[in-house]
Amino acid sequence: MRNRAFTAIFLIFLFLVPSFIFSQAGIEVVAVEDTLISLPDTLSEIIAPTEINVFDTPNDAGENITITWEITEDPSGIIVGYEIFRSEDKETGYEITGFAGKKTEEFKNRTNNGVVYYYKVRAKTSDGKFSPFSVISEGAVSQPQWFHTGRINALVAVVAFVSLLLFFVSTAKKGKSLFIRRIAGLDALDEAVGRATEMGKPILYVPGLSSMSDIATIASINILGPVAKKVAEYESTIIVPNRDPIVMTVARQVVKESFLEAGRPDSFNEDMVFFLTDSQFGFAAAVDGIMVREKPATNLFLGMFWAESLILAETGNMTGAIQIAGTDAVAQLPFFVTACDYTIIGEELYAASAYLSRAPLLVGSLKAQDMGKAILVVVVVIAFICAIVNTGFSLTTHTPNAVLSKIIEFVQSWFKV
Amino acid sequence: MKERKGLIIGSVIMIAIFVLMFIKGEPSKSIMVWIAAILTLSIYSFLYKDNVFYKFAEHLFVGVSVGYSVSVVWQNAFIRRVFDPLFITRTYIVNDKFSLYLFLGIVIPTLLGLLMLSIFTKKQAWLIRIPIAFVVGSYAGMGIAPSFQANIFEQTRSTLYVTLSISASIMIVGVISTLVYFFFSKEHKGLLGKTANLGIWFIMIAFGASFGYTVMARISLLIGRMQFLLHDWLGVIK
Repeated sequence: MRNRAFTAIFLIFLFLVPSFIFSQAGIEVVAVEDTLISLPDTLSEIIAPTEINVFDTPNDAGENITITWEITEDPSGIIVGYEIFRSEDKETGYEITGFAGKKTEEFKNRTNNGVVYYYKVRAKTSDGKFSPFSVISEGAVSQPQWFHTGRINALVAVVAFVSLLLFFVSTAKKGKSLFIRRIAGLDALDEAVGRATEMGKPILYVPGLSSMSDIATIASINILGPVAKKVAEYESTIIVPNRDPIVMTVARQVVKESFLEAGRPDSFNEDMVFFLTDSQFGFAAAVDGIMVREKPATNLFLGMFWAESLILAETGNMTGAIQIAGTDAVAQLPFFVTACDYTIIGEELYAASAYLSRAPLLVGSLKAQDMGKAILVVVVVIAFICAIVNTGFSLTTHTPNAVLSKIIEFVQSWFKV
Repeated sequence: MKERKGLIIGSVIMIAIFVLMFIKGEPSKSIMVWIAAILTLSIYSFLYKDNVFYKFAEHLFVGVSVGYSVSVVWQNAFIRRVFDPLFITRTYIVNDKFSLYLFLGIVIPTLLGLLMLSIFTKKQAWLIRIPIAFVVGSYAGMGIAPSFQANIFEQTRSTLYVTLSISASIMIVGVISTLVYFFFSKEHKGLLGKTANLGIWFIMIAFGASFGYTVMARISLLIGRMQFLLHDWLGVIK
């Protein structure tokens, strides 16, 4: 009865409103007034840009040259930008290759690798006048670089982290027990799968909306394995909608292998893992529909989520499902905290796969992560103490302590991106 | 009871808007605006309950977006990256010379991509593991350095620019206690437990602030949609 009433009202609304509209007529004419723009007076002579310098753009894949210059003095503010001219011949054949806005002192120009290019620059004013050209630059050649020197600190950090990882993995493989503290959200996974089995309803698992390049997606796929294995053991069903076709393919393989590991390959159905759409809100609308129609007993939202997080969690909450969410998207975590029963916060998501499987490789990696965090805490504490003591020195002797200043500077430069 | 109340409220709002439109409205004469408005209302009807209008809009949305993305992938991936370079522009011929390096640069990724289609066969389905391994491995490798730089170095560097002030001290305490909360190797007991508890307080306060900020942004989205309905569509507000 209520459905019919709703449909009737909606239809009346949709049909009556257009009939009203199309009985109306009239075109609004908007008059546009021309506006006279008075140009400011221009300087009779503008000084050419100076200090022109060209060089191969560092730390790139080639095909790029950087041009820098010193901007022309412009007290009247009439310069609107700089025209950059380029030629392969130092003397002739210069053609405009780009335009840089006023107060800009740098321009990156797309080039062909191995070709020598010469540049000159001139300023342009608001009334279309130009300064004389700068002097012609030295020739520059673009080429790709094998190493990004700005990322040496990342390389050192990766090497150190991998060393720690190998150490802890070998320790775990030797049979030494490595402790992991209790994580409430992950303990609830068992309960959630069990509840769905008891109720005879499926489990909805959304592995986020991002691609495989996202660490949260990789973590989610790692959790999907143990969850699917439990689902197979309990002979329950799992629904895994996907936004990314590659994530879908990986997820399908993971679920298939989990069913195989649980000794129930016959229970695996390829349609359990499917692609919906790559449209963010199209996906959210479709998952909402699944939640309302299939009524899963458990909703697991683990991975990367954006603005759709609250839409999904709120709808799941409305259907009365037990909900466990986990993401490293800080902006979305508050929504999951408010609308879900358990929330796996950031780093806990990465720890989940180790926590659930207790596999030596994963537990070892978790230990290495912890060690990394401990090192960071120590560095922050040392830097903070140095900063406090140095400020004390500055207040008493009016000069900062040279050694402490150097320590702070060194630490700060090490974390420079 | 709850549904009935929702139906009554929704009906009253719709009738009120309808009456208002008759009195002082200037509805749009564009069929596109009408389609958009009807679909918006169909999606909003989910607030009452799952119904035929929502189902129609949902399926239309999913279908259109899939069709659109297929055409985008076809044009931007297959035509631009495979078909054109191989058969039209022949980018592997440089100065009338065949470049094997450039040719393989097109052919190998194409073959890897084609292996994804092996999923549709029963006997060769295992071949899909090759492109998947490539994608997962390369994505993870590409993600490591930027993750270190953006999530660790940049954050640590900003934290290290400390001065002797109350806000800097709060920030340092917040950073350390939050990091301690995410320390999994020790049971959260004693000093470690207390620090971790402090960390969770910091996290929750940050979530609260973030929640308020994001809700504000969402309300602006709702205002935008309402403006579309009441201004662009019905012309009730100027």
